[in-house]
Amino acid sequence: MDIINWIISAPGEGFFGASMRLAVPLLLAALGAIYAERAGVINVGLEGMMLSSALSASLVASSTGSTTMGLLAGIITGTLVSALLGVFTVLLPADPVISGIALNLLAVGGTTFAFRVAVGQGGTTSTTPAIEATPIPGLESIPILGPLLFDQSYLVYIALIGVVVTWVVLKYTSWGLLIRAAGEHPAAADSLGLNVNRTRFLALLVSGAFAGLGGAFLSLVASNQFVENMTAGRGYIAMAILILGLRSPWGVLIASLLFGMGDAFQLRAQLDNTGIPFQFLLMIPYVLTIVTLAVFGRRLIDPAALGTHFRRGHR
Amino acid sequence: MATTSPETAQLDAILRVRESTVRFGSVVANDRVSFDLVQGEIHALLGENGAGKTTLMRVLAGLIQPDAGSLEVHGKTTTFDSVVDSAAAGIGMVHQHFMLVPTMTVAENVSLGLPSAGRLFPRTARVGRELRALSEKHGLALDPDARVADLSIGQQQRVEILKTLYRGARILILDEPTAVLTPGETDSLLEMLRSLTAQGTSIIFISHKLREIRAIADRVTVLRHGKSLGTYSVADTSDAQLTASMIGRDAATVSSGATTPVKRSLTAVPRLATMQLGVTDKRGRSTLEGITLSVAPGEILGIAGVDGNGQRELADALSGVRRLSGGQIELNGRPITASTVSERIALGISHVPEDRQHTGLILDVSIADNLALETARTAPFSRRGALDRAAVREHAERVIRDFDIRCKGPDQKVRELSGGNQQKVLIARAVTQEPSTLIVSQPTRGVDIGAVEYIHGQLLELAAKGCAVILISTELDEILALSNRIAVIYSGTIIAVHDRAAVDVGVLGMNMAGRAS
Amino acid sequence: MTRTSTARQFIVRVATGSEFLSIPVAIVIAFVIGGVLMAISGVNPLSAYSALFDGAFGTPQHIADTLIEATPLVLIGVGIALCFRAGVFNVGAEGQFLIGGMAAAVVGSALSTAPQPVTLLAMAIAAIIAGAAWASIAAVLKVFLGASETLTTIMLTYVATYLVSWLLNGPAKDPNTPLAQTPALTTSGLLPGLWPGTTLHIGILVALIVAILAHLFLRRRVEGFQLVATGLNPVAARSAGLPVRRILISVFLASGALAGLAGFIQVAGVQGKMIVNLSPGFGYTAVVVALLGRSTPIGALLAGLFFGALSAGGASMETSVGVPASLVTIIQYLTVLIVIGYSAARTLRRPTRTPDGEE
Repeated sequence: MDIINWIISAPGEGFFGASMRLAVPLLLAALGAIYAERAGVINVGLEGMMLSSALSASLVASSTGSTTMGLLAGIITGTLVSALLGVFTVLLPADPVISGIALNLLAVGGTTFAFRVAVGQGGTTSTTPAIEATPIPGLESIPILGPLLFDQSYLVYIALIGVVVTWVVLKYTSWGLLIRAAGEHPAAADSLGLNVNRTRFLALLVSGAFAGLGGAFLSLVASNQFVENMTAGRGYIAMAILILGLRSPWGVLIASLLFGMGDAFQLRAQLDNTGIPFQFLLMIPYVLTIVTLAVFGRRLIDPAALGTHFRRGHR
Repeated sequence: MATTSPETAQLDAILRVRESTVRFGSVVANDRVSFDLVQGEIHALLGENGAGKTTLMRVLAGLIQPDAGSLEVHGKTTTFDSVVDSAAAGIGMVHQHFMLVPTMTVAENVSLGLPSAGRLFPRTARVGRELRALSEKHGLALDPDARVADLSIGQQQRVEILKTLYRGARILILDEPTAVLTPGETDSLLEMLRSLTAQGTSIIFISHKLREIRAIADRVTVLRHGKSLGTYSVADTSDAQLTASMIGRDAATVSSGATTPVKRSLTAVPRLATMQLGVTDKRGRSTLEGITLSVAPGEILGIAGVDGNGQRELADALSGVRRLSGGQIELNGRPITASTVSERIALGISHVPEDRQHTGLILDVSIADNLALETARTAPFSRRGALDRAAVREHAERVIRDFDIRCKGPDQKVRELSGGNQQKVLIARAVTQEPSTLIVSQPTRGVDIGAVEYIHGQLLELAAKGCAVILISTELDEILALSNRIAVIYSGTIIAVHDRAAVDVGVLGMNMAGRAS
Repeated sequence: MTRTSTARQFIVRVATGSEFLSIPVAIVIAFVIGGVLMAISGVNPLSAYSALFDGAFGTPQHIADTLIEATPLVLIGVGIALCFRAGVFNVGAEGQFLIGGMAAAVVGSALSTAPQPVTLLAMAIAAIIAGAAWASIAAVLKVFLGASETLTTIMLTYVATYLVSWLLNGPAKDPNTPLAQTPALTTSGLLPGLWPGTTLHIGILVALIVAILAHLFLRRRVEGFQLVATGLNPVAARSAGLPVRRILISVFLASGALAGLAGFIQVAGVQGKMIVNLSPGFGYTAVVVALLGRSTPIGALLAGLFFGALSAGGASMETSVGVPASLVTIIQYLTVLIVIGYSAARTLRRPTRTPDGEE
């Protein structure tokens, strides 16, 4: 297999383009989770947020006929679910992992049930046709980067802009400082009279909104209908992306692409025959995540106060 | 002793606390404490652990609200509902544990949450410039773009001080600022404080170190057991008077039953000995250095010192919880440096950790189970791995009787017991192992009088039976009542060792405050 | 407070506090909400619930279904309950389950002509070792490298899923079908039935025995005593000379072994071969079962039976009354969330100020 030729050929372009498309929901979920985790809140409920949003987006889009309304519905749903998680893990000192898992499982049951009730047995919600790609003239012909970044639907562009925005917010804004303080040394923020739990709750809501957009993407763009349990573990993969990407927007972008490529490859490999069992290639991102966790250990890569519950006056 | 008369102070006081009382549950941390601060002075707060100094300061900083009493700023009565209020009144606190986010830069830390630094985009560049100017004005070198984690402790402290000044503080509260500094850094700090007051800032300075108080403070207020014992002018009061006040030798001493320490038997080989014992913390900084001690069978060696000078590390090193970074430990002449905790217990070395609630007992477990925790693997508590709950219970019942532990029974969760009874459980666990060596830390902290007498009796009895006891305590009364020899620990080293008969409180007080003689 | 101490306090609350009453109450509330949902979807809740009950207990086969559904949940749940007691968050039981099932199927195929007791025993042992080995990866990473086991176990589950998929499409695949599965096991590799006239296999007995043994272990063995102590306060445990590291690794291995054993039972008792979808999420559901069971083995047994009954009943409810079985899932997890919320709210109302800062 001559790799260079393959990369610049049509199947290669298709591969990179597909990788990005497959990566977008992961990217969105992980991007939002950066806010929450940097603020100290472990968000295990990404899966549930994405799934609920996928359903609501699909239902709203098919009943209003508007994809935009569907996307909006997805964002709102994601935010509401994250608010519920916030009640458990920020307001109340419930363990974030267990609450998140329970919430995810509830979401599976809840969405399956609601879907059946809404469309009846054997029904589907087929929505407006999938959004077309809008290539950026000129840039789209750059090898590799062209099909990857510049020949995509507008939602992908929004996600990429989201990466930049997240980077700017965390590094350069006052709110970003607050988030980082809440996650690294909440007592310091508290000693300056700042409200740590409110910051954390808001960060979690942002995470929910992003995850909601990601879920909506799944049911409106990546496909054009809702299928039971369609997120298929993407929320948990987003958590892996968070670690692999060291909780930075750029790292998360690269890590999402890695998983996206794995996914694209797996779809392709079922047609071609490349010698290495595709399952092993699919394993790579997960193994990499484990290696990252092993090599760095918690202290070096986690915000110092991640997962702790903060109460004023207690240290 | 020359005290500042209340009337004079009234004229110049920019900050005053009247009869402030703070309660935490049943503990009275501040008991009708009054305090005032005069413009431009350095006012020290002196007291032992648990005296209430930090609580008082947290009230002034707005972090906690007193249950009674009043607060006056420039003569006007106010309340501080939060840090925001005290900051508005010009008060800034530098905590003992720095409130700096390690991963952020100096400028970012200073502008955190500060509206004037920019609501959307913190103008860290501008803050940085202003900080640089401020630091130069006070003669300090500081790089606003440095990451806090990369700075030394002394530099971090400077950042904390500058942070409060930048945010408009005219009154600075420093909580044990030199506790984490090297002697060189301490001198720099004291110089900086002097120059600050020359420029109009007023400073409240919590410390237990006489040398420093004498070096820069104008007045000193002594706290003991939550009460204020008065405010004195530093220049007119001697060290001896101050330490006496701090330790409270004038107050009636607690009789502990045994006033004459037991004569120890003189043997050639000490029961437990350490040679040049050293311990470092996770960052590689040395917390204990060159500790060389020995205890003979039947002897009680008291280790005195103000809390935070290495006692916890020493106890952990001796019991096996912490590994040494250097030096040796020997039991009856044989090295045990590499032995684990359970191995040491099996060899007859028992220990009572200082923090009964976090390190000693498991609060949500019953009295009986706590008592059996260390020796559960051995008879009679278990046979070939099968726990004999009847034996565990029986043992607990016996202990409850013998040690007079007030409880509902051996199955009661230890969390529900009073402090004194919890301590008795912890001590009983060690004592009933009939150890040949006992390392006991803060045996009567937070314990009522009756239990104190009992515990002291237990320790003396143990020594009488030939056990070698290392008693680590911040209560000088206790050390004096029980020890045959007294060592003083200061800043991670043993600064002095005395025979009980040959020493008095004055000398010990000096040792504890850092003066070798 | 550190992350682990927050979580540990939480587990303690649920395991030892007076939250017991909250569980039946939570169940009732969840059923009420479920009833409301049913009413919204146009079904009479009472008839739906009676169909549910019938589906769980109405006929011998239905009871068998309940027990069959409950078996893996109980086995895995007991293991996770033990982990929770020790302060370990093994949420990767799903992967350990699959690896165990895989190992059992392979051994079972290899010994297809051996006598049944031999084959079954070999399969069980293979599954236990495989499950424990899979768990040991995360255990070692946690204890020696400080890697968060919550994440490593989830990642390992994905790796296990792909590994199994490869094996089932490749080396371990049955050459006689295009489907991704091992060859069907002969009778020597199948669990004997327990109740003639139903599909119930002896797996439920194994689950019962395991739950009882685990309970006795915690109460009667020194190691069990030490495990509970470590979970409640590892610092004090270490200070008392307990071998904390060894305890943590052991409990991790044990729960992996139990998950593997559950995989074996599912293969040998229900599927008759190893398939890709051996688990409809047992590993994750068992986490919730362990929690609902207040992190005790007997509690996990009861909670597992409860979930099993709901699952079996739900399937039947769907066919007879038309209410989607997913409603059952909603009831299950609503119950758990209510219990979690209630527990957390009670922890919050604990005594307020502590005199901190006095060093």
